[in-house]
Amino acid sequence: MLTIQNLHARVEDKEILRGVNLQLNAGEVHAIMGPNGSGKSTLAGVLAGRNAFEVTEGQVFYNGKDLLDLDPEERAREGVFLAFQYPVEIPGVTNMYFLRAALNAIRKHRGQDELDGAKFLKLVKEKLNVLHIADDLLKRPVNEGFSGGEKKRNEIFQMAVLDPRLCILDETDSGLDIDALRIVADGVNSLRRKDRAILVITHYQRLLEYIVPDKVHVLYDGRIVKSGGKELALELEAKGYDWIKEQAA
Amino acid sequence: MTALAEKTGFLKHWDRFNGKRFSPYFEPLRQSARARFQDLPFPTARTEDWRFTSVTGLLGVPFEAPQSLRVDRQALPTLPPGDANCLVFVNGAFSGALSNIGNVPAGIKLGSLAQAGAETAERLKAVMGLASFQDQVFTALNTSLFDDGAYIIVEEGRVVPRPIELWYLSSPGQKNLLANPRTLIALGKNSQATIVERFLPADPLSALGQAGAYFTNAVTEIVLGERSILDHYKIQKEDTNAYHIAVTQVAQGAASSFSTHYFAMGGGLVRNDVRVRFDGEHSEATVNGLYLAGDTQHIDNFTVIDHAKANCASHELYKGILSDQAHGVFNGKIFVRPDAQKTDAKQTNKVLLLSDGATINTKPQLEIFADDVKCTHGATVGQLDDEQIFYLRTRGIDEKAARGLLTYAFANDVIGRVKINALREELEQKIIHL
Ligand SMILES: Nc1ncnc2c1ncn2[C@@H]1O[C@H](COP(=O)(O)OP(=O)(O)OP(=O)(O)O)[C@@H](O)[C@H]1O
Ligand SMILES: [Mg+2]
Repeated sequence: MLTIQNLHARVEDKEILRGVNLQLNAGEVHAIMGPNGSGKSTLAGVLAGRNAFEVTEGQVFYNGKDLLDLDPEERAREGVFLAFQYPVEIPGVTNMYFLRAALNAIRKHRGQDELDGAKFLKLVKEKLNVLHIADDLLKRPVNEGFSGGEKKRNEIFQMAVLDPRLCILDETDSGLDIDALRIVADGVNSLRRKDRAILVITHYQRLLEYIVPDKVHVLYDGRIVKSGGKELALELEAKGYDWIKEQAA
Repeated sequence: MTALAEKTGFLKHWDRFNGKRFSPYFEPLRQSARARFQDLPFPTARTEDWRFTSVTGLLGVPFEAPQSLRVDRQALPTLPPGDANCLVFVNGAFSGALSNIGNVPAGIKLGSLAQAGAETAERLKAVMGLASFQDQVFTALNTSLFDDGAYIIVEEGRVVPRPIELWYLSSPGQKNLLANPRTLIALGKNSQATIVERFLPADPLSALGQAGAYFTNAVTEIVLGERSILDHYKIQKEDTNAYHIAVTQVAQGAASSFSTHYFAMGGGLVRNDVRVRFDGEHSEATVNGLYLAGDTQHIDNFTVIDHAKANCASHELYKGILSDQAHGVFNGKIFVRPDAQKTDAKQTNKVLLLSDGATINTKPQLEIFADDVKCTHGATVGQLDDEQIFYLRTRGIDEKAARGLLTYAFANDVIGRVKINALREELEQKIIHL
């Protein structure tokens, strides 16, 4: 579903991604771990189409299409979803209005009818229930005044409503208490499907106990320096990153 | 040009009408306004209150008084539904045919000033002249020349059940038209009303910017009796070739509540003053505005809140959205007089610049002479947030729609406060398709 080949990207004059290779197949869950500043969010941003990052080398294929050729909204309509590490506040726009505009843009692209108010409400209420979020979220402005945990939950809620094919979760677990973590993880697990792939960026093995990955990659200094099974996450938790850094050096 | 030479064009209008005008009751006031108009200079770049707005262009146009009244009904914008009380003026003159003043609820008097009788004129004396022409040359011009306008009198204790609409239409059938509409509103003790003033071009051609220049020089005067409540709206959608200079002057009795929302969406050169004075204690005023300007439009907002009495609160929120080469001005004066203890005044102006060529001048002016008061003001100028645009786009919303949505969100702060549902929806639609 997603093939990343020798991806290099920079911000201004600073090279951040320095040759990333990754193959993620439909039905799989992969985790990316790595120390602060190693380029995890940069990779996520490049995949979502953030234009502050300039791709200088390499290619990304998504379902056979050149992903880097598409605008952010086209990627979203094709099924790419990024749950932000730092979700953005949008005062003055309610979650309801925002999400309905988003869903209808995506449905239109898929050749589906726009959902009317009643059908939309039914759909979102189902998803709210799954994630244990109160209905009043819909009337509140997008992320405005939300706690860190509420913002993260809202990202997963949006993901559930928009029904993407490629889900990229950037540190969705940070800021969540243990109950919220379990709820979010259950929500993500309920989205695991044969035709969907999930890329989980995290610092903590804890999340991976709930969302069990097929593969774990370590991103260090702009490259994937080690890949392994779910036991790699445990090893990192126990030993930290120093041994990886030494190996990479 | 000398001060007098600039005036002769305008004074000609007066001579034409002198002695044979409607509403003779207001003649003495007109005479003194005319004398004052002759003496007062027009503002220049050195006039403090007009620093950012030049009237040079306006003074170069040979404006003419309205002549015949030709109304092509089909060319008119959609009038309010048949059962709403509505006074319609075309080129400054009342149109009985277009208005709806049947079924006026008991205790409410409204109509055309030109047709007002002696008794009504007497009742309006407390209102007429509230907007001082001693130092306001355009108010002097209006007061000396106005022929017609609307009056609304709400008797003590009466509650007007539905919004009353006042429509001032300018028909471009006549070149270089000058209209001086006057609006007088008097609320008795414990009364309540909602009033909407609209200034519009009368012809769709004009809405396309194909009409000639015209000048609307409007004065609205409002007196609120004790414990009365007025919800006032002004929608200004003049043609982009139009000059629109207007004053809304308000005097509030004790424990009264006044709220005004001004929506500036049209006009080439626009100056709108809102001047509120507290004449009694325990009153509150909400003075909000939203100004949208593109192309080379110039929109100047000037507000004065005069806390002349103690224990009053004023809340002011203006928001501007400027694109292309548009120029916006916000000047907010707050006076707190020596006796006005426990004043609570808040003023905010926020501006969204959608292009590099758009400019804004903001000038808060607080003059506080009492010590036990709470006065705050704030101004921000910003652009659409790239991070917000990106976030919306990652959810499938295209860039244009994302910008529209964020612009709407910015404006919604003001539009969301409109209490008339139909009007609020109308304004929302206008913004979202900007
Ligand atoms: N817009 C930007 N401008 C300048 N530098 C940036 C920008 N975005 C990221 N960087 C830099 O790129 C490097 C990688 O950042 P990135 O956010 O991808 O790290 P990360 O692996 O997600 O870290 P964390 O675990 O702290 O979230 C850091 O050194 C960061 O300071
Ligand atoms: Mg990060």
